[in-house]
Amino acid sequence: MAEQTARPDIPAGEAYATAAPSTALAARTEGPTPGRGDAAGPRPGPVPGDAPSAPGEPKPDSAVVRDALGVGIAVGLSGFAFGVTSAGSGLTLLQTCVLSLLVFTGASQFALVGAIAAGGNPLAAAAGAFFLGVRNAFYGLRLSQLLALPRFVRPLAAHWVIDETTAVALAQPTRRSARLGFTVTGLTLYVLWNLTTLLGALGAEAIGDTDAWGIDAAGPAVFLALLAPMLRTATERAVAGLAVLLGLGFLPVLPAGVPVLVAAVAAPAVLWLKGRAIGDGVSGGGSTRGGSTRGGSTRDGSTRDGVGRTKKAQRKERER
Amino acid sequence: MSIWIAIGATAVGCYLVKLVGLLVPADTLERPLVQRLAALLPVALLAALTAQQTFSTGQSLVLDARAAGVGAAALALLLRAPFLVVVGVAVAVTAGVRALGG
Repeated sequence: MAEQTARPDIPAGEAYATAAPSTALAARTEGPTPGRGDAAGPRPGPVPGDAPSAPGEPKPDSAVVRDALGVGIAVGLSGFAFGVTSAGSGLTLLQTCVLSLLVFTGASQFALVGAIAAGGNPLAAAAGAFFLGVRNAFYGLRLSQLLALPRFVRPLAAHWVIDETTAVALAQPTRRSARLGFTVTGLTLYVLWNLTTLLGALGAEAIGDTDAWGIDAAGPAVFLALLAPMLRTATERAVAGLAVLLGLGFLPVLPAGVPVLVAAVAAPAVLWLKGRAIGDGVSGGGSTRGGSTRGGSTRDGSTRDGVGRTKKAQRKERER
Repeated sequence: MSIWIAIGATAVGCYLVKLVGLLVPADTLERPLVQRLAALLPVALLAALTAQQTFSTGQSLVLDARAAGVGAAALALLLRAPFLVVVGVAVAVTAGVRALGG
């Protein structure tokens, strides 16, 4: 996700050429979406292949479609894992299918069924799933500039704004290719994801005790596969480590579904601590960082400190 | 019933955040801090979820076959296995350890 942070500085035109590969990679690997069937797998076209082409240089429609289908099929198939996990978590066939039809963002779906299986409050469970879906708003922001969709199409297109469609669209050299890539990826993925969800749920009902088959390990394995490519820098690793401590530490004492929300605080906490560390170092010559995105976020971060300090301090104490 | 409430809330919430991105003026969410937080939030959530779903049952911390399965998945990730293989390894190892009485 480092790339995502860096990108706001890149002028829109350049973003196609320089940021697209990292975006695609970041979106795809990060994105908790429908399983990101390719999180670590063979990367379908758009990621490395198309990046070097000059911005604005037209690309054959067939090549765009091929890229889009590659991503859509690979990830779409992983809906099977969701269907099995959801059914194994005690959701009915209808509930499982409605989730894939109406939520259609994989990590949120896995998080929700996991929280329901743990017996949490429904709204706390939904909150965890919601926060995982928040990143899609940032994808939408990129896409709205790139695709320039008519207003009346946006409510429809919004449903397909997920990691994979964003990755494919951002990797395209022209608006026409981006629109085509977005549409083909979205359609392929939506159809397959829902179909495989149904098959997975039916399969789970057929085999009965899904735990005996180790299906309860599919959820955490999916999360881990989504997480692994994000752990690029010390900051991400620190956030992950702190989140694990918070998530496990509060599990026995807080209602189900709440500890994961507490763990989300690891993100601002680490940013704040980092901002403070950099702030301390500025007097000693931290000017190289001053102009970077990171420096910007640091400055922003420190303005929030006045508000956040006490809460975070308390949190840290509790954690110990 | 409460499951339907959770499904409804998730569906509405997740759809609205997708829509917001397409509708708001472009510079609204462009502040570096907001971008940085949005990037790190999934890291925190996924890490916590991985740990919880591996090491807990209900509200108690446990160490069981899932730890072996997820550990094997981690190894597969290090070896750059494809996504579906990673999940498959986790499931197979967990089932195997359970079958052996783990």
